[in-house]
Amino acid sequence: MTPTASPTAGDTSAHGVFDDIVRSESSLRRFLHGLPGVDQVGCEARAAGLATRSIKTTSKAFAIDLAIRMVDLTTLEGQDTHGKVRALASKAMRPDPADPSCPATAAVCVYPDMVATAKQTLGDSGVNVAAVATAFPSGRAAMDIKLADTRDAVEAGADEIDMVIDRGAFLSGRYLDVYEEIAQVKEACARPDGSSAHLKVIFETGELQTYDNVRRASWLAMMAGGHFIKTSTGKVQPAATLPVTLIMLEAVRDFREQTGQMVGVKPAGGIKTTKDAIKYLVMVNEICGDDWLDPDWFRFGASTLLNDLLMQRTKMTTGRYSGPDYFTLD
Amino acid sequence: MSTPTPTTAFEYAPAPESRAIVDIKPSYGLFVNGEFVDGNGTSFKTVNPATEEVLAEVAEATDADVDEAVKAARRAYTRVWSRMSGAERAKYLYRIARIIQERGRELAVLESIDNGKPIKESRDVDVPIVAAHFFYYAGWADKLKYSGYGDTPLGVAGQVIPWNFPLLMLAWKIAPALACGNTVVLKPAETTPLTALLFAEICQQADLPPGVVNIVTGAGDTGRAIVSHPDVDKVAFTGSTEVGKAIARAVAGSDKKVTLELGGKAANIVFDDAPLDQAVEGIVNGIFFNQGHVCCAGSRLLVQESVADEVMERLKRRMATLRVGDPLDKNTDVGAINSAEQLAKIRELSQIGEDEGAERWSAPCDLPANGYWFAPTVFTGVSQAHRIAREEIFGPVLSVLTFRTPSEAVEKANNTPFGLSAGVWTDKGSRILSMANRLRAGVVWANTFNKFDPTSPFGGYKESGYGREGGRHGLESYLKGADA
Repeated sequence: MTPTASPTAGDTSAHGVFDDIVRSESSLRRFLHGLPGVDQVGCEARAAGLATRSIKTTSKAFAIDLAIRMVDLTTLEGQDTHGKVRALASKAMRPDPADPSCPATAAVCVYPDMVATAKQTLGDSGVNVAAVATAFPSGRAAMDIKLADTRDAVEAGADEIDMVIDRGAFLSGRYLDVYEEIAQVKEACARPDGSSAHLKVIFETGELQTYDNVRRASWLAMMAGGHFIKTSTGKVQPAATLPVTLIMLEAVRDFREQTGQMVGVKPAGGIKTTKDAIKYLVMVNEICGDDWLDPDWFRFGASTLLNDLLMQRTKMTTGRYSGPDYFTLD
Repeated sequence: MSTPTPTTAFEYAPAPESRAIVDIKPSYGLFVNGEFVDGNGTSFKTVNPATEEVLAEVAEATDADVDEAVKAARRAYTRVWSRMSGAERAKYLYRIARIIQERGRELAVLESIDNGKPIKESRDVDVPIVAAHFFYYAGWADKLKYSGYGDTPLGVAGQVIPWNFPLLMLAWKIAPALACGNTVVLKPAETTPLTALLFAEICQQADLPPGVVNIVTGAGDTGRAIVSHPDVDKVAFTGSTEVGKAIARAVAGSDKKVTLELGGKAANIVFDDAPLDQAVEGIVNGIFFNQGHVCCAGSRLLVQESVADEVMERLKRRMATLRVGDPLDKNTDVGAINSAEQLAKIRELSQIGEDEGAERWSAPCDLPANGYWFAPTVFTGVSQAHRIAREEIFGPVLSVLTFRTPSEAVEKANNTPFGLSAGVWTDKGSRILSMANRLRAGVVWANTFNKFDPTSPFGGYKESGYGREGGRHGLESYLKGADA
């Protein structure tokens, strides 16, 4: 193992280190299948063990604010309208209108055609716009369409692109295709001014099924230059789970050990309560440590989670539970 | 990004489990014939090892007290318990199991206070398995004729248990004995008598006939009085190999049946194809669970040379996240060492390890000022010739050795007078099976460690003792056999 360099943003490519590995289909396969296996029972027991941590009082208040700052407030529905997206964006900037001390969320996450609307509302508030691209959620489209989808979103002003991998290619063992797909989408994230939208790579872990696959997909995406690895689209069950996120956290931790580069993690789908969110933060804390306890390196993809966080936050500050009517629905 | 708030460390605020649920009396007598009696001896103090606070005065049973208890057990055996149908006995055991569940929090808090183990463990491991044992053996009580060991009980069982799992060892002893129709005289360890005395209250609450369970407290002399009592038909002991040998000598030539569950120096074997992150968890669980006060603890890590550095790196990083401290805090992973005496022994053997040239590393952690504490510690560069690779330390101290081939792993693992347990970590199923066949240990865990279940027999080879507890096999120790 190489000594750990100081963490840098994922902008610097890790390519050099892995040139030999991604040289051919067979060398890539050898590498991915040579990663230490995951024992399912042990992994799930570890995740369940961490979930018993008791987070109270000051640490709970800390965790709630941090979790709010990590939310990618999401709407990904066929019925989305510009009005709906504007409302969501307003909520992302001021989640609790009654309490100005409440932090903003990290981003709003929308389909590419809604990016401009979201961007317009968010302005320079600091809340990012994330767009799902590459024929989300199935990823079943020709490569040029996926790239066009990505470029379109970037041009419209997306700060972050959430792409889906081709699970069919991954499951049939065409790892190099997946690698190249991610690398190409990353190139499509480039803006004319030389900067680039951040790339999150969605695995749809509910379709990859095994923890071994999740670990392999994690390394594949990190080697291809993804800034974030993300569990799910939210359209397939199961979506994010604690053990799947545990495997991904171990992967980013090990990746930094080897390359000095940090990659972010985003569980998405199915995280609905403050209690759930805190379990994830405990896991980040104990698997990866402090450095990842930041919206730059850990996100929650969620729509309903935010309101529960707000209710718990109000309870912490006032000592009373308010009804759901006291929090906005968008 | 979103807001400029700087991220500070995620510190866990104290989350103490309330002590209010337990009512510790200033003094306790002996539980004989269904009642608490004063006894004829002096008393001794039991302390909270996390604070050194004296918890209660406990009666020390004399020979005469033990004799009374054995008489009560004999009466209950002849007049009531051995004549009762298995189905009726089962009702009492089911009732006890349910009360244990209902009073689970109380038992867990008391166990943590008296023993020093973290509440997380007493709450999630000890007490649930205790209840499970009573449920499991309750199920056997009316089916003994299908056990293969007949359905004739032995009589009065004298049982002596250790301080590392006070309530769990009580359950391992009492549940099968009662299910088979025996009555018992049980002595808990002198440093951890309180949950056994609370269990005595539970027997009263369950209306268990007087004399079926008798609890006598005391130290070595009381234990000797029980095992050498002429009217005791069966001796069951869990504890050190040294005391086990003395018991075997004491009962030699008598008709007493004996089971001994003694020490261990288990090898936890990690192959290069192991699921490494889970193996590291297994290593941690193997040696730091219950502060390493576990007879089957994985106290010798045998790691394949090709992955030794990587495993050690991951292990140390993981050890640094262990939370050592207040046993009643729900976030504590490693609690207090049970007694000053045990702490001295752990310190002595660790010093010997250092003197013999092994490299010592402890996880950085702040230990409380009062009480008995020892930081999780690992020794690398250990060889089979070191005392820390041979003697049972019975504390949170891991000795790491390396191997090159499966045969060398087997050779080193078996090269010990003990043979209680072993662990094998590999992704290869065939290797698990071949290792399990070659390891001389009563329990071999594959890709896990320290897993206990009432349906699974437990016990040792060689100086780790004889007889099995748990499962169908556990009935054999309390029945006369199919031919009786």
